[in-house]
Amino acid sequence: MTTSSTGAATAQEIEQELSCHLEKRTKRSWAPEEDLFASGALSSLFAMELVVYLEKAFGVMIGGPDLRMENFRTVRAMSSMVLRLGGDAEEGGDA
Amino acid sequence: MGTEWVEDTVYTATAVENYRGNAHRIDWNGADVFGPRDISILFRRKTAIGASGRDRRTGPHGERGGPVTAPRLAVVGAGVMGVGIASLALGHGVPVLLVETDASRLAGAPARVHQHLRLARLTGALPAEEAPARLATSASLAGAADAAAVVEAVTENGACKAEVLSEAAMIVAPGTPLISNTSSIPIDELADSVSCPESLLGTHFMNPPYLIPTVEVIRGKRTGELALAAALRLLSALKRTPVVVGDTPGFVTSRILHPMINDAVRVVESGTATAEEVDALLQGCLGHRTGPLRTADLIGLDNLLDSLRVLHERTGDEGCRPTALLVDKVEAGHLGRKTGRGFYEYGETLL
Ligand SMILES: NC(=O)c1ccc[n+]([C@@H]2O[C@H](COP(=O)([O-])OP(=O)(O)OC[C@H]3O[C@@H](n4cnc5c(N)ncnc54)[C@H](O)[C@@H]3O)[C@@H](O)[C@H]2O)c1
Repeated sequence: MTTSSTGAATAQEIEQELSCHLEKRTKRSWAPEEDLFASGALSSLFAMELVVYLEKAFGVMIGGPDLRMENFRTVRAMSSMVLRLGGDAEEGGDA
Repeated sequence: MGTEWVEDTVYTATAVENYRGNAHRIDWNGADVFGPRDISILFRRKTAIGASGRDRRTGPHGERGGPVTAPRLAVVGAGVMGVGIASLALGHGVPVLLVETDASRLAGAPARVHQHLRLARLTGALPAEEAPARLATSASLAGAADAAAVVEAVTENGACKAEVLSEAAMIVAPGTPLISNTSSIPIDELADSVSCPESLLGTHFMNPPYLIPTVEVIRGKRTGELALAAALRLLSALKRTPVVVGDTPGFVTSRILHPMINDAVRVVESGTATAEEVDALLQGCLGHRTGPLRTADLIGLDNLLDSLRVLHERTGDEGCRPTALLVDKVEAGHLGRKTGRGFYEYGETLL
């Protein structure tokens, strides 16, 4: 699913866009493996914002079994989930 | 998720089973025969399922006779709280009738409930193995006749609540608990508008109800034992922990929290610190979970303003007089997460 000519996003593209969005929303930068929720500064409500954002920005549907905090804990975890679900970089972008 | 949204009388498997097997001895004092998930055991009314006999259609399995409607919770108002409370109940297997007079809010309610149920699942706040119960929506209270309890969550305005509660009191079976989710209006004041003041009490769910395990329960001067006990059983089915308190403007939580948030707004207004800085200090130094201004955005600034006015009018406490900055934001339509902008920018409307 990572061949770029079809519009499917690469891991790098997804991570880049995601980091950019996170930085805008949280006013700080995040390393790819850094736990967003560990410090307690971001709440579980923010996790739901991320669900809505990922679905819009990458045109994926995050269904029941994927609705687990582990999938939203780090930039890398989110991007690999988006890849697995066939995320498309052309879909939305950062609104 | 396999959630179904229906707009009509709802049949649940449990109710059908009860109706078939126990039609003659349905006694709501009876205990486990109905299984732990059936809300009917929670409300100890001597009422047979379908006793009202208003609906003569057959059930999904061809049963005839009276209707086989599951005892359900009626929630009035599909705003921030009504939708959250409905989601909490549905996630615990309790069917809900959600009543809302605003057509666009009503139309959007099922999708918002769906989002709440996803958030609840994401955070592990609801039993994962349980499929959500059925949601019915309606523009009118008439369908609440069979409700096992009514939770009123309309706009924080005494007249508006009085109208809803008095109508609900006329529609439901005698003895059905009428529960107001008011933030600040004394229950005894609302009790004047209902024909059965002993059925009325307050439960103060917080937003979002499934993420906050404790519920403030308000017992008014005229609240009866039966209504209180039924409400406590409902809360226990919803896995909430009640704390029963006395009746006064703002009770406990709003009386303390709302003037505190008002002070936080005043600090921002006076330029001492930004909203981010105030929240960072309250979180980092004082252990506040969300920070007062992020909490204000989560509550809804219009609702906070209404509640502060209720408090100010009834207590005369100047600390409850809404700050100009709060009034300005509400007048500009910046109501917090629900409009995408309040003390913070969210970029889009959020739950
Ligand atoms: N927002 C919170 O965090 C919070 C927390 C605890 C308690 N409360 C209390 O819960 C209640 C609801 O607050 P909210 O934040 O959901 O408000 P809201 O403004 O988001 O929603 C109120 C809803 O009630 C509807 N409504 C008004 N009159 C109606 C009627 N006659 N019949 C049916 N629907 C009607 C409105 O159209 C609106 O959709 C208020 O009493 C509030 O003080 C709010």
